[in-house]
Amino acid sequence: MEKLINITLKVWRQRGPQEKGAFETYQLENISTESSFLEMLDVLNEKLVKERKEPVVFDHDCREGICGMCSLYINGHPHGKDQEVTTCQLHMRRFNDGDTITIEPWRSAAFPVIRDLMVDRSAFDKIMQAGGYTSVNTGGIPDANAIPIPKPVADEAMDAASCIGCGACVAACKNGSAMLFVSAKVSQLALLPQGKVEAAKRVKSMIAKMDELGFGNCTNTRACEAECPKAVSISNIARLNREFICAKLKD
Amino acid sequence: MTSIPGLFAIGEANFSDHGANRLGASALMQGLADGYFVLPYTIQNYLADQIQVPRMSTDLPEFVEAEKGVQDKINKLMSIQGTESVDSIHKRLGHIMWEYVGMGRTKEGLETAMKKLKELKKEFWSNVYIPGEANTLNTELEKALRLSDFLEIGYLMAIDGYNRNESCGGHFREEYQTEEGEALRQDDQYSYVACWKYTGENSDPELLKEPLDYEETERKTRNYKN
Repeated sequence: MEKLINITLKVWRQRGPQEKGAFETYQLENISTESSFLEMLDVLNEKLVKERKEPVVFDHDCREGICGMCSLYINGHPHGKDQEVTTCQLHMRRFNDGDTITIEPWRSAAFPVIRDLMVDRSAFDKIMQAGGYTSVNTGGIPDANAIPIPKPVADEAMDAASCIGCGACVAACKNGSAMLFVSAKVSQLALLPQGKVEAAKRVKSMIAKMDELGFGNCTNTRACEAECPKAVSISNIARLNREFICAKLKD
Repeated sequence: MTSIPGLFAIGEANFSDHGANRLGASALMQGLADGYFVLPYTIQNYLADQIQVPRMSTDLPEFVEAEKGVQDKINKLMSIQGTESVDSIHKRLGHIMWEYVGMGRTKEGLETAMKKLKELKKEFWSNVYIPGEANTLNTELEKALRLSDFLEIGYLMAIDGYNRNESCGGHFREEYQTEEGEALRQDDQYSYVACWKYTGENSDPELLKEPLDYEETERKTRNYKN
């Protein structure tokens, strides 16, 4: 049932990558519990604009949990405390009247703050450009059963492919590691016959790019898996390591 | 390649090349069909020619003019300093479109919409408030630039609906329906492919038509009854 709640927000404000940021406190009244977290921020911004202040900058796009644009570190959790949801799918009914909510950007050396809560995640694109594709000419359309793929393998590839590249894994990791992301992207291709052709080259270039861009290493704390809005499993990291070792041994 | 050399349109922008042309299916199908079947065998030839084209200079008068146009628009938006937020005007635009330019529309409703949209556009350009500066990341300015386009396209949709005195596809003019409430086309008047030409800030767009001539097939009405 819809309720109206009053909340206090502590929002990270930072004008630019090189500037010093700080928390600002805002009071919001009569926020509908039916609204989403981002709609609540829209209300805050509308209020700030009305007061002729600059609104809080944050990333968002599809608002239905699939584009990977929304981020936000909410009360110490990427995408908030709820399991398997992105920030846009987090609703205000998960909060109580009188709550104080702390909102920070993704914090990681490889994701510099652009402004306020918006960070630059182009490092992920660079990793993808380093090898997250198949470049073999696949020719015409093969018959559906020409390349048999066992169902469990197809399922595993599909699960890895559910990564939306939001960066919550990096934000959650104490080492700022992108291993969950890279392992999901390597796995979705390495598991399938079409991706096997370039598997060795792919894993080496993507890992090299990941290291070059300043992401940390994996120490198996599993924070990434716990916070991933798409529940990507760290068994992908094990597969990534296996793929990497095999590729290196072939050198 | 479009009629503009070097400008390519494919996929969703390809407009229509198959029979499953309806909302959703057409955009998705064209993206898939063009991406998978068409592009791998066609784009190379076009790109091979393009590779010979030297990089355009940003000193060209067309570039200078376009850049100035954008800069002027930004300066104008930033200088208004009115009282209405971008979002509040955007919401009002949404309400007008929802109320009068939905799937079922009428002549009167569309007239009201055009009147209201003109007023709203005027209000936007005289009373919008954009905080901050133009030379930093400014999401309000970004939204305002988009909204200025939405106001144009919203008005265009209303004009287009008003101009078409028939019901066809997703355009259902309530005055034009059969006794059973199905869409009633007027093929003798509206059998054409058309686009609207922008004629300037304060004048209505001009309709450019190309007739649809069917040689091999016979026009029918789609129905789901039999």
